[in-house]
Amino acid sequence: MVRVDMKKLINEPGAVVDEMLDGMVAAYPEALARLDGTNVLVRADAPVEGKVGIVSGGGSGHEPTHAGYIGDGMLDGAAAGEVFTSPTADQLGEMIQACDAGEGVLCVVKNYEGDVMNFETGIELAEMESDVEVTYVVVDDDVAVEDSLYTSGRRGVCGTIFVHKAAGAKAAQGGDLAEVERVAQKVVDRVGTMGMALTSCTTPEKGEPTFDLPEDEIELGIGIHGEPGIERTEVMDADSVTEHLTERVLEDLELDAGARVATIVNGMGGTPQMELFVVNRRLQEILGERDIETWDAWVGDYMTSLDMAGCSITLLELDDELEELLSHPVETPALTVRDD
Amino acid sequence: MAETDTQREAVLTAVERVTDRIAEEKGHLTDLDSAIGDADHGANLDRGFGKALAAVEDSEDDPAEIVKTVGVTLVSAVGGASGPLYGGSIMTASQELEGGITADSSVAFAEAYLKKVKDRGGARIGDKTMVDALTPAVHTYKKSIEEDELSPVTALSKAVDAAERGVRFTTPIRANKGRASYLGWRSVGHPDPGATSTLYIMEELLAVASEYCEGDVETDAEADQSPEETPGEGAE
Repeated sequence: MVRVDMKKLINEPGAVVDEMLDGMVAAYPEALARLDGTNVLVRADAPVEGKVGIVSGGGSGHEPTHAGYIGDGMLDGAAAGEVFTSPTADQLGEMIQACDAGEGVLCVVKNYEGDVMNFETGIELAEMESDVEVTYVVVDDDVAVEDSLYTSGRRGVCGTIFVHKAAGAKAAQGGDLAEVERVAQKVVDRVGTMGMALTSCTTPEKGEPTFDLPEDEIELGIGIHGEPGIERTEVMDADSVTEHLTERVLEDLELDAGARVATIVNGMGGTPQMELFVVNRRLQEILGERDIETWDAWVGDYMTSLDMAGCSITLLELDDELEELLSHPVETPALTVRDD
Repeated sequence: MAETDTQREAVLTAVERVTDRIAEEKGHLTDLDSAIGDADHGANLDRGFGKALAAVEDSEDDPAEIVKTVGVTLVSAVGGASGPLYGGSIMTASQELEGGITADSSVAFAEAYLKKVKDRGGARIGDKTMVDALTPAVHTYKKSIEEDELSPVTALSKAVDAAERGVRFTTPIRANKGRASYLGWRSVGHPDPGATSTLYIMEELLAVASEYCEGDVETDAEADQSPEETPGEGAE
């Protein structure tokens, strides 16, 4: 049933996730496979012999997160929940087993209560049914709020992509489970993100914006589910928004002159690339003014919130190890890094 | 009938009774959850227990295995955070019953269930959650069995009373955990839906335990099995 107040390219609201996953596999048939009867996508060649498995998962609506990062050098599996809803523990358990080649599995979990509880239970299920060794890290990079509608503590947002990248590279290089976990935690400890919204987002089931944001206002510190941010202000220009977000992240990470970072200017799903690059221009100016060196700058839609317009800024403080891991070649639907 | 058969029958009866009761109370639980949550507690539990019953009906497994299957099914069929809380905790605690259902193993089950709910959900007494009904119930059950040496049915009956007081306790307090906590002071004045469904489940377990322990004779099978499910299912 299509509602007249919602113009969307969907069929049945309840079938969106299922149809999206089939469409992804159809786009990358050589790279991706769907575990039968689940909403889990895995590498077509999973489990990869001699390698620690790296898996993630979460509610849908954040594409290309997470399945878009499945591939050599990044994730082995990704579980999709319903829109903005945690995947269920039984499917997470199946994914863990499917991605275990005997070297163990690391789960990368964004900090939301439902996600954490379901991953913990999924790990228990996998351990009951096999002798897989599993560990997990919880990503909580959102510097905006301490507690939110869906979390105790900070939310996990776009910084998760750096965790996928570093842990995936370490696993591809033959790191054991403990080393892969250490690297993932190192990223978690050094990454910060702050987001903002120009508009709300529309979930397929609800068919209307999840919150009201007047035409002349924006919301700072917003999460990736349309949950409230920390401050609602009048519309500001791109440079002012960029300064607000960047200052907050810099303050949180306590970055000093001479630091080296990787940055992401992330679109929330409904933001033109043009605007993201405008934001990135000012971000790099600010870092330059503070004598902070940007080693690499990513700009694009990495962790979205359906059709929300807005962006987030992520900074990761690098050291030689992380720089080397981020440089490791990767080939996934959403991210490609090649040997220089 | 062999003891294992009796225990199996009692466990299956308990699953059936709990499923029926949740179906009856579905609307009421949803109303409670509309006031302070997202209005899906009744529907989620009803769907979950419906699938759990279907999964174990006519099962020939050991009682502990049946309880585990109920837990595993609830994990996936209830979904959200309630799946791990209700189902995951039953799943873990079912290990305590592997040697058969006795007064002692039922206490161990109840304690393991409560511990898992608290560890996983992070709620403490006074946060306005299922923990407020479950904690006094489990403590009362354990003390009644281990110190007062009451029969499991009598102990369970006291545990149900304790859970009922726990539910009443949730009404005038402010939520600190779960979705209701975002309402702040507006959560005051409503009983917690999770504590309430916990009580319903325990009441059914008591009824089944009483049937199987006629005259309150201490036959291990009956008495134990109800507590085992009680904490588990009630725990969200």
